[in-house]
Amino acid sequence: MTAATETEAVEPRHVTVVSRKAPVAFGVITLLYGLLLALASREGLTHFRFATDGDFVHLPSVALPAMTTAWVCGLIALVLTGLAFALTQAARKVPIWVSVLFAVAVLFGFLAWGGAGSDADFPIARLLASSVLLAVPLVFGALGGVLGERAGVVNIAIEAQLLAGAFTAAIVGSLTDSPWAGLVAAIAAGMLVALVLGVFAITYRVEQIIVGVVLNVLVIGLTSFFYSQVLVPDAQRLNSTTRFGSWAIPGLSGIPVIGPALFRQSVIVYLMYIAVPAVWFAMFRTRWGLRLRAVGEHPQAADTVGIKVEGMRYAGILVAGGVVGIGGAFYTVVSVSSFGKEMTAGAGFIALAAVIFGKWDPVRAAMAALLFGAASSLQGALSIVRAPVPSQFMLMLPYVVTILAVAGFVGRSRPPAADGTPYVKE
Amino acid sequence: MKLELRGITKRFGALVANDHINLTVEPGEIHCLLGENGAGKSTLMNVLYGLYTADEGEVLLDGEVQHFRGPGDAMAAGIGMVHQHFMLIPVFTVAENVMLGNETTLSGGRLDIQAAREKVRAIADRFGFHVDPDALIEDLPVGVQQRVEIIKALSRDAKVLIFDEPTAVLTPQETDEFMGIMRQLRDEGAAIVFITHKLREVREVADRITVVRRGAVVGEATADQPDSELAAMMVGRAVELTVHKDEPRYAETSLEVSGLEVTNAQGAVVVDDVSFTVRGGEILVIAGVQGNGQTELTEALVGLEHASAGSVRLAGKELVGRSVNQVLDAGVGFIPEDRSTDGLVGEFTVAENLMLDRRQGPPFVRAGMLQLGARDDFARNAVEEFDIRTQGITEPVARLSGGNQQKVVVARELSRELRLLVAAQPTRGVDVGSIEFIHKRIVATRDAGVPVVVISTELDEAVALGDRILVMYRGRVVGIVPADTPRDVLGLMMAGIAPEGSAAA
Repeated sequence: MTAATETEAVEPRHVTVVSRKAPVAFGVITLLYGLLLALASREGLTHFRFATDGDFVHLPSVALPAMTTAWVCGLIALVLTGLAFALTQAARKVPIWVSVLFAVAVLFGFLAWGGAGSDADFPIARLLASSVLLAVPLVFGALGGVLGERAGVVNIAIEAQLLAGAFTAAIVGSLTDSPWAGLVAAIAAGMLVALVLGVFAITYRVEQIIVGVVLNVLVIGLTSFFYSQVLVPDAQRLNSTTRFGSWAIPGLSGIPVIGPALFRQSVIVYLMYIAVPAVWFAMFRTRWGLRLRAVGEHPQAADTVGIKVEGMRYAGILVAGGVVGIGGAFYTVVSVSSFGKEMTAGAGFIALAAVIFGKWDPVRAAMAALLFGAASSLQGALSIVRAPVPSQFMLMLPYVVTILAVAGFVGRSRPPAADGTPYVKE
Repeated sequence: MKLELRGITKRFGALVANDHINLTVEPGEIHCLLGENGAGKSTLMNVLYGLYTADEGEVLLDGEVQHFRGPGDAMAAGIGMVHQHFMLIPVFTVAENVMLGNETTLSGGRLDIQAAREKVRAIADRFGFHVDPDALIEDLPVGVQQRVEIIKALSRDAKVLIFDEPTAVLTPQETDEFMGIMRQLRDEGAAIVFITHKLREVREVADRITVVRRGAVVGEATADQPDSELAAMMVGRAVELTVHKDEPRYAETSLEVSGLEVTNAQGAVVVDDVSFTVRGGEILVIAGVQGNGQTELTEALVGLEHASAGSVRLAGKELVGRSVNQVLDAGVGFIPEDRSTDGLVGEFTVAENLMLDRRQGPPFVRAGMLQLGARDDFARNAVEEFDIRTQGITEPVARLSGGNQQKVVVARELSRELRLLVAAQPTRGVDVGSIEFIHKRIVATRDAGVPVVVISTELDEAVALGDRILVMYRGRVVGIVPADTPRDVLGLMMAGIAPEGSAAA
């Protein structure tokens, strides 16, 4: 080592690998967007409403000439695409703000086009609020996914944990007439599913993907069966919960636009605000988190310093199951007051996508879940203004965003090294 | 602290990995455990470290019997181990790795990373290491990673230190520095167990030597015994440590590589403008510490890796851009560096593995059908000719010993009509007997007029086998020198320093 300094230091040469994904994707989207405007031109004004009742400061609604706004947004998108091309030509990365700006421009232009000539106006504040609401189960699901995978157990069973949580919360919440009891029961149900996953995946080293898929199918089957056989005949007693009410946080809820969206919510939403930083803290700032990540990265190394690998992994997925369970409770003690067959509708899988999109980091994964929530909420908003887009296409939107996110815009992401591999002591 | 092992026996099924082994290590001494790969050295140490439980026997520290249920217990008792494959988490920092399993916390359960940093600095200063506590392990050279392992052991107040094949990944210079560190630790009173199969190193630092063969202690030795005696104890018979070969008789066919470049997915240029020529009837050894681009170079030669620039010409014919099949058809034999992942299909039989790369055309395939008779005849001959010790040609190859598995690969590659042989680490993890045999066959191939490229990370092998030696460092050719170049010059070259007056490439 020391001798190497005597002559010229030979450093490994690097060439920059530039991904052309961003400029190409931008180009395609801009083109499609331009075609849409050109071929389906629309007349009139689009109204955007920013205020809700009870705001501190009342912001006025804005009416914009639809096509002009749409074309201006298109122009911005075009410029950004050009910028992305120029950057990749110069072998530089496309910074994240370019992608964000591009998405906002195209989205705003699309909304302007969609709402053209409609009497109804876009309730921007409500759009935000429903984004947050739709994202709640996804955020909890994603946190659970991150916790499990960081410990080295792929948690495909998020969907099952959400559904089990929703189901249990409905029954317990109805029987006790207390949403709190429902919440606690949902946590327990999520942990129970996680325990089953753990027994097979950790103790018996069954292929984790298979166990996860089987658990999903099993929980869907069980809840559907009991729903039709037990809950439906006795719905009054077993399947009608008291929901958590909304609590406005004084002061914060008065902020225009974002106040009502973020701070006039139920207790589970506030739990979410706490859970994201709490999971981050536990994972990166505590002894528990250091050990958890160690068993997910290099279980043998953890073993050689005296950490119980299997115990740590159980701890990881049990906490994960509990967290996902809270997300499940959201369905039946916040969203609506009764359980419905397969009511989670694949949210667990979107949460799984958020885990990857968020690069196995709790905060990023939560942000990704919020993005997916926003895509769902947009679908609702567009149908309010009767945008001339078939509702089936709107229903696809969150899934399309998921695929784009996972395939294109994530960049290089690296899962925990021992993710999905059971630990076998030689 | 005095370490004593009494009658340690460890069985894996029918295999007795350790057979009543006794070993005593006094404080302030370096005790070498010398033995071939697979002699049971690592198993013994894993028993001592609590990773395995012994079937019989006991471990004593300062005369007290210990019962370790896991590495945690062993560590608490003062035993530290530096594993052959480092037990460090690549995405963690040095300080995080050192504190893992032994963390101190502040109020609110927060990790006390500052304390860990200071501990790292304190120990590093004591030994004159330069280690940044906040560097990520994956960014550090292996030599430094090893120091982190040592710091990790010392931070837990280890009094008995076990080093399992610690020099396998080091350059000769790093090895020298490492020997210095071991002496320093010994002088501070540590009891050190140094596991190795390299005679040179044993002679340099050992206070006492225990030789292990086939799971049992075969005797003690002293550092002043000649190499041949130590080797004979280790292997159980007299061994030829040198390779006999005549002056090269050059033939027409030659391999010309020029300006070859390979870039990995992260954008690092792992093979950087490599040029060399190998004439028929000559062995060129590509030497260097592992991970300096040799793997990628060999894979680019046979078409397994995409070459982003440059050319590989065999007897004037361009090989870059051709499929692996076309490269094989051009007469290239390839012994991959990892037989279990790239060389063999473990579940397949010996016979099937021997014909793996000849799936097209006669004699093994006619009209799309496997010719089982031809295959089995061929396999029986190969087993005979290459001295493959197997129960029969229908035995799954995974059940063979490492040396015999390697002979299957060698037999397959050498029984074709070759115009080039590329052998990557042909003797890694192979017993000394098989090494002799494989070396002889490689020399025979050379004498048949075939250009031969051998990748080796062992300086001894490079010097013994090569007609010329090319040294790679960080993807580049440091220089191409005759095989009789002094070892210290080669060692410097392996650290990237070109000798005076040598032409790079």
